[in-house]
This record gives sequence, C-alpha cells and structure tokens, in this order.
Amino acid sequence: MDWTALALSLQLAVWTVAILLPVSILLGRFLAFRQFRAKPLVEALVMLPLVLPPTVLGFYLLVAFGRNAPIGQAWEALFGGPLVFSFAGLVVASVIFNLPFAVQPAQRGFQAIPAEVREAAACCGMSPWRSLWKVDLPLAWPGVVTAMVLTFAHTLGEFGIVLMVGGSIPGETRTIAISIYDRVQAFDTGSAAVMSAVLVAISLVTIVVTFALSARVGRRLG
Amino acid sequence: MRGLEVMARAHAPIPLDVALSVAPGELLALVGHSGSGKTTILRTIAGLWRPAEARVRVDGVAWLDTGAGVNLAAHRRRVGVVFQNYALFPHMTAAQNVMAAMDRACAVEAARILGLVNLTGLGNRKPAQLSGGQQQRVAVARALARRPQALLLDEPFSAVDRATREKLYGEIIALRAHLRMPVVLVTHDMNEAQLLADRMAVIETGRIVREGPTAEVMADQDALRAMGIREVAVMLPATVAAHLPDGLTRLEAVGGPLFLPGITGAPGTRVRVRILAHEVIVARTRPEGLSAQNIIAGTVARIVPGAGPAVMVHIAVGAHEILARITRRAADQLALKPGDPVHAILKSMSVARNHVALAPDRPGDPALPGT
Repeated sequence: MDWTALALSLQLAVWTVAILLPVSILLGRFLAFRQFRAKPLVEALVMLPLVLPPTVLGFYLLVAFGRNAPIGQAWEALFGGPLVFSFAGLVVASVIFNLPFAVQPAQRGFQAIPAEVREAAACCGMSPWRSLWKVDLPLAWPGVVTAMVLTFAHTLGEFGIVLMVGGSIPGETRTIAISIYDRVQAFDTGSAAVMSAVLVAISLVTIVVTFALSARVGRRLG
Repeated sequence: MRGLEVMARAHAPIPLDVALSVAPGELLALVGHSGSGKTTILRTIAGLWRPAEARVRVDGVAWLDTGAGVNLAAHRRRVGVVFQNYALFPHMTAAQNVMAAMDRACAVEAARILGLVNLTGLGNRKPAQLSGGQQQRVAVARALARRPQALLLDEPFSAVDRATREKLYGEIIALRAHLRMPVVLVTHDMNEAQLLADRMAVIETGRIVREGPTAEVMADQDALRAMGIREVAVMLPATVAAHLPDGLTRLEAVGGPLFLPGITGAPGTRVRVRILAHEVIVARTRPEGLSAQNIIAGTVARIVPGAGPAVMVHIAVGAHEILARITRRAADQLALKPGDPVHAILKSMSVARNHVALAPDRPGDPALPGT
C-alpha cells in the first residue's frame, strides 16, 4: 500500500476543488444566465476535456508547460522551478481536465432557478452580488456540491494526463492511480488490489454521501 | 410631477407604443389579451426589460430615459412587484421573504406587514407550506416591504381559485387605504379591473386603444369590443340590509331594493354590485307577474348605437347609471328616447357572487359615476 501516493492524490484533489470552486460558481452562473454570441464556443471549450483522449490533452499540456513554451518559461521565471513533472504542474493540469465536471453541474443548478425568482431578487433591491449569496447559491448549491464531488472523485481517478504531465516521481507526481499501474507493471498484484479497493471505497463513499445530502436538501426545498 | 410616468416604444419582441401616467394612490389597470404587451409595460417600469425607446419617471426622477442614456438597474429602482406566480424565494420563510426586500431586515416590521395582509402567525412557514392565496399575500407583503414608489401587480389573482380570489379582492381594496404610491395592475379579467381600478387602459397589440376612468371605459362598447362586449357593466353602490332565510340578501341601492344570492358581510356593509349590461331587461311600465326580483326605476339618459344590432341604453338612477344592452329592434318597439321613465329588470341569479365587492373605505370612490 503506497500511502505517499494516496496522500498525494488526496492533496491534489483538495487543491483542484479549492481552485475550481469559485470557477464553478462564477463561470457556471455566467453561462447559466448570460446570452452572448460566443456562448456555444465557450461551452464547447469547457466540455472539450471530457471528450478528448487524456493523452491528447496531456500532450498539449506537456508542450505548453515545457521550458520552450511561454507558459513554462513564465512559470520558471516566477517560481524558479519547472512546471512539468512537478506537483504544481499536476494541479494546473488537474484544474483544466476537471473543468467540465466543475462547471456543468453548477451551470445546470443555476439554470434550474426560475427566471421570475431571480427577477424578484432584483426587484427586492438585491444587487447581483447580494442575489448570488441570498438567492442563487442557496438554490443552486446542490449543483455546485455535485460539481465539486465529481471533481474530487475524478481527480483521484485520473491517470493518463497525470502520467503525461507528471510522470511518476514518488512524493511529487506519483498519484495512487499511477502507483497502481506501477505495481501491476511490477507484477505486485496484491498491492495493486489493495490500493484499487481503497480508491473504490473512497470514491463510493464520497458520492453516496453527496447524493444523500442533496436528496435531503431537495426535500427541504420542495 | 408626483407619481409614475411611462413612455415606451419598441418593434421587437412585440410592437409597443404607449404613454401613460399614474397618480400617487391611484390604481391603473392595464387590460388586454395575453401578448398585447401589458406585462412588457410592467417589466419596463421595473427595469426587467428595456425597450428601444422609453422613459420612466417616478416622482419626477428618471429611472429610464433612453434618449438621455439613463437606465437605473432593477435593484436600484424602488419598485414593488407581485409576479404572476409570486416568485417567492422557496428556501426562505414568509417572514424572511418579506425581510429580503427591506433595506435593513427587521423582524418586527416584517410581522407588521404580514399582519397587513392577514398572515399574522404564519411568518415561519416556507412558501411550500402555504396555500396559493397565502403565497399571494406573502408576495404582496414582500412588494410592500420594499417601500416602493410604484407598486406593480402582474396578474396577481390568476393562480388562485375563484373563492380565494374573491377574498383577495376584498383584501386589496381594504389595503389600498394604506397605499400612497401609484399602483399598476395587469389583468385580462374585466371584472377584476372594474372591481379594483380607478382608471383603466385597454391595450391591443402594444397600443392603448382606450384610457380613462374605469366607469367610462367599462361603459364604452367600442373600447371593449376586443375584450368582449359582454363585459360592459356598471358598478352600483348598495348597502347590505338583511340576509334572508331563503339564502338571498336584500341590499338597499339607489333605485330600490336588490335581492342577490351568496353575499357575505354584516348588515350595514357598503358594497358595489357589478351589473352587466347584457343581463338587464328594459320595461316601459313596472311589470307584474315576473320571476325577476330586481326592478329598478330610472330615466333614459341616452341611447348609444353600437356597431351591431344592439344599442346601449343609459338609464339614470339617482346620481348613478345602469346600462342595458338591448337590440335596436326592442328599443324601436318601445320607442325609447331620452327622458322616458323606464324600469331596469335584473335576475338575481345573473349577478355572480364575485361581481360584488366591498366599497373602498375612501372618500370619492372613483369607480362610481357622478361622485
């Protein structure tokens, strides 16, 4: 059992959720309520990581993070270390490949709020910001929570992009999914089985708890 | 100028070309079929929609002036809106809904306003735990909690059953004694407009086809052609005299007693009875051996020809008028002319119970002609 890898995976998931939570709320709400010409394009870009093979996304990120690319150079100039094959690089990659999971459910959550209710908030004198806290979020939060749970669980399970961008450096980029792969390569099926079971258990518990929670909220609001 | 002034012009999404004003304390009903643009006018006032060319001024201050580039956001306009389906915040209690519209949330004030709309003690209920009528009252309370400079009611009675609606009419009429701001009511129900409004504007495809005091508009056959000529009616003031054992109520009206069914209200209560012109029969002499219970003596004031085979006979009864829509043929046979004494006959059962409303507790009842 590779505890370091598990800890790294959980750390990566927490960072990803922390960064994507405001993105999920603001971008989800923006896409739910605003109509503009480029909206289909923006929505497509957000969804793209879902349909691209992880190797394709991983390849582009690897190139973009590299020492010869502007992003990689800027990062190195700012923080002194390379973005590829680092934990920071994993976090950035994770944020990007989780965009569809973080934005879509939140957007659906905001879209489910009747237009009249949002107009009523404005007619009650609430500024858009106040309306977000008092009306939009309380009504859309099951969607936002679903988004964050999916992001968390998906980060724990992502393999291809992590391998492309991070490689398998113990304590830095070797997540539990990578570790399982390494164990299988080394014919250590016993460890692989234990770690796989742990991953299944964590993911299952996370999702069950959320669904139970949002069902309760649904009853309360219904 | 005090009150509300609106001008709006647009071609899309619906054609619109209107100008209207509402004085403080006055209730203007915008009536028209769905799609006529009446709700769009309301949304323009509230700041939820901006027509191509529009001006909205409240107490002299511009909320919207497309020419001058003024467009106050909806949340900066001191406006109270009661939406058609109420649009209550489902996650808040009734009291929290009311407090959400206050500049500084105050539970005591919320309870006071909920009391105004007869919801004392229900402040802790969520909207889902309230009946349709109670939800409507919360919506009214929330709109008032905003301390609005203009109160906008968008078909506020359309989502409740008929019995509740009658009760809510009475409550709105009573509540108006407390209101000092201009009120705009959007409705397609002519009875509702006649019961509640001081003035009416009939809207057709985005234009005002007739605007004026309710009694005048409701007596105008041409104005009401689109809304249904059978809606032409007057409001006759009366006082509840006695509830009879057979279920009828005797009312004292200007031209004599009226016997009507299903009226509540203690003896002495002042009410107004909506009498539809097409339900009134005209007789030269007081008829005998007739089943109809209500025979009101009056004088022919004038006879207005309509577009079809009917004429509108205006019968003066004291300071008031009753309208009778009869065929031109009948008017000719009776040889009716202004000044003739006649009797207006009305079946008790032809007055629906929701056509009887409490008289507003205010001087100068604007719904009555000649006062």
